[in-house]
Amino acid sequence: MSESSKKSVNNLPSSEDVCIEVRDLRLFYAENEALHGINLDIPKHKVSAFIGPSGCGKSTLLRCFNRMNDLVDNVRIEGSIEIDGHNIYDPKVNVADLRRRVGMVFQKPNPFPKTIYENVAYGLRIQGVNGRRKLDEAVEKALKGAALWDEVKDRLQSSAMGLSGGQQQRLVIARAIAIEPEVLLLDEPASALDPISTLKIEELIYELKDTYTILIVTHNMQQAARVSDYTAFLYMGDLIEFDATNTIFTNPSKKKTEDYITGRYG
Amino acid sequence: MDIEGIGHHISRQYNEELEAIRSKVMAMGGLVEQQLANAILALEESNGALAESVIDTDYKVNSFEVEIDEECVQILARRQPAASDLRLIMTVIKTITDLERIGDEAERISKMSIKLKMSENVKSTMPAIGHMGNHVRLMVHDALDAFARMDAEAALKVWHEDRKVDKEYEGIMRQLMTYMMEDPRSIPDVVDLLWSVRALERIGDRATNICEYVMYLVKGKDVRHISVEQMEKQVLGK
Repeated sequence: MSESSKKSVNNLPSSEDVCIEVRDLRLFYAENEALHGINLDIPKHKVSAFIGPSGCGKSTLLRCFNRMNDLVDNVRIEGSIEIDGHNIYDPKVNVADLRRRVGMVFQKPNPFPKTIYENVAYGLRIQGVNGRRKLDEAVEKALKGAALWDEVKDRLQSSAMGLSGGQQQRLVIARAIAIEPEVLLLDEPASALDPISTLKIEELIYELKDTYTILIVTHNMQQAARVSDYTAFLYMGDLIEFDATNTIFTNPSKKKTEDYITGRYG
Repeated sequence: MDIEGIGHHISRQYNEELEAIRSKVMAMGGLVEQQLANAILALEESNGALAESVIDTDYKVNSFEVEIDEECVQILARRQPAASDLRLIMTVIKTITDLERIGDEAERISKMSIKLKMSENVKSTMPAIGHMGNHVRLMVHDALDAFARMDAEAALKVWHEDRKVDKEYEGIMRQLMTYMMEDPRSIPDVVDLLWSVRALERIGDRATNICEYVMYLVKGKDVRHISVEQMEKQVLGK
């Protein structure tokens, strides 16, 4: 890092360690520019929420962090995203390795049609971990980390498909954290869940942030207010405002943010 | 009344709820102002009937407070207001508490005025008390006006008035103390009067509280317990 770039682009307090640096990020779907030069510093071991109306680019931006957009046809990306000082769009980057470091959880829980145990062990097996004891330990740790252990410890060999939606979502989070990523991307992780399961996921996010840098996309503004430390508001492919969640929800500095979070947008 | 900053919610219902609360605060403010004006007049003219009417009307101020509080709770529970809406609700909840207390002070002044015997000493202090009373009444009026117009600069101006009120208060206190020293027999009357003056001074403080809430509402910055310079910087941006 050069000295000049030490100062955060979004006035992050200097007490925060920066985990991810986004610089002039532009994303095109064919000729359509979906992200118009995003500059953003994301703090380490904090929860940052992305909010904004449908189509504002928040999920698109989230998917840039583990290069999920590479899988979409005709996508072109300019600018850079550095995670811990390394540009993830460098051609030398091993994308599989990147996705190990940057885990992702989607709106709809997507467990594999396997046992609960195998779902969590899956990523580790791919990494070549096969020792029974090591796997047992890792699975237990991940399930405990995802606050699911007590509910499933007696049926680890049952199918994951038999779990409730909320449990499946926590299982998917366990699967993601089993391989000990640095960053967790959560794309509307609770929007398909009932209020109780949602609260469990939110509680989980709160606990996980000590260990992981968490980015969450949510349509539910109150959820962003509840779980996040920082909030980014995106609108039509632009980052309008990024600030401490407390500030965004009590005294945002941009009119557009104000209009959106008070329900005047439209 | 459609003030910029209110209105234009996607939910018309929500707009109407917020607007209703604002109107009620203004109605409560109007009533409190009237109560205060009557209390001061009753004191100046030792008009017992007017003082009684102030005492009898205080329940209306109280029920305004309960009613508006309840509506704010409903909004918090059902709408989860954010940003300026949240600040509005917080401002209202705090403002009506101070308004209710101003109402109580008006009632206290009225009770004192009924008891008060118009001795020479008391009479000669009355013009100064009337002046101070009018000053605080204006402060309350202008603070509510600043709230209605969401005008932080106006609120700051009213806030500054309190220093003048405090000066008047000190002046009257000195005068009353002299009377007590000169003639100890006058102490009971003068003490009654002193309580009324004290009540007026407290009303001035409560009006400044309302001003501080208005500055918070408009600027989003808490201006309580900071220096005057800092407050001016927050409000005027210099």
